[in-house]
Amino acid sequence: MELVAEQRGEMIVVSALGDRIDAAGAIQFKDRMRELTQTPSLRVVLDMSRVAFLDSSGLGAVVAVMKALGPDRKLELSGLTATVQKVFRLTRMDSIFTIHDHLPDGLRQVG
Amino acid sequence: MNAEAVDFSSSTRLTIPGRQTAVRDGLRALLDMLLLQSLPEDGRGTAEIVLAEALNNIVEHAYAHHHGEIEISLQLRRNELLCLISDTGLPMPEGQLPAGVLAPLADFADLPEGGFGWHLIRSLSKDLSYRREGGRNLLSFRLDTQQSPA
Repeated sequence: MELVAEQRGEMIVVSALGDRIDAAGAIQFKDRMRELTQTPSLRVVLDMSRVAFLDSSGLGAVVAVMKALGPDRKLELSGLTATVQKVFRLTRMDSIFTIHDHLPDGLRQVG
Repeated sequence: MNAEAVDFSSSTRLTIPGRQTAVRDGLRALLDMLLLQSLPEDGRGTAEIVLAEALNNIVEHAYAHHHGEIEISLQLRRNELLCLISDTGLPMPEGQLPAGVLAPLADFADLPEGGFGWHLIRSLSKDLSYRREGGRNLLSFRLDTQQSPA
């Protein structure tokens, strides 16, 4: 899973360039997210618009990343595709994360 | 990919090694087969979720201590996909499928990072059944291909 980050003011926008966050890539995803969010920022937005598939291990990794950021620094998600949305809804994780339909204006070209 | 695939119009069989990367490749191969290509997008998404969870579970638990293969048979019948998955790994604890009850989403620090798999399988499948036969685990279920139950 290739991830690229861009800092925009108080926000770090991480774009997932791979098409899946799954059991085979969950640990690598967590490690890379940890590296990319070392720089302080109030908000971290993960752009998932290219991620067509996420399994329960991938979901666990996203939750772990959010917890690692701590209670004062939020992980927000953006651009969930249909199958990814279904996994969030069925596990009720859609009630835990702030989920945006798409990135804030002016950030859509990131990655 | 080390997999043997048979692709008929209404049934498909695939054998993959019980490893995480093979599961990823196997899912990709299954979704590319005509059988699953013919489903509506929502039905394909449901199939990928349930198959991924069932296969990952076998890799992580049944084959936790030794390697083996996983056989996946899919059959499309009217608006249903019949799925049969078998492996030669360890049996389910106490011979039963996990309940798949979600942990409560309570405190931030205690949010669950796992235990979603069987909940997803149970939410999206019908007639889920498990049995142990001749040293094999046999898991079967049906998926609604037209309208997702959730």
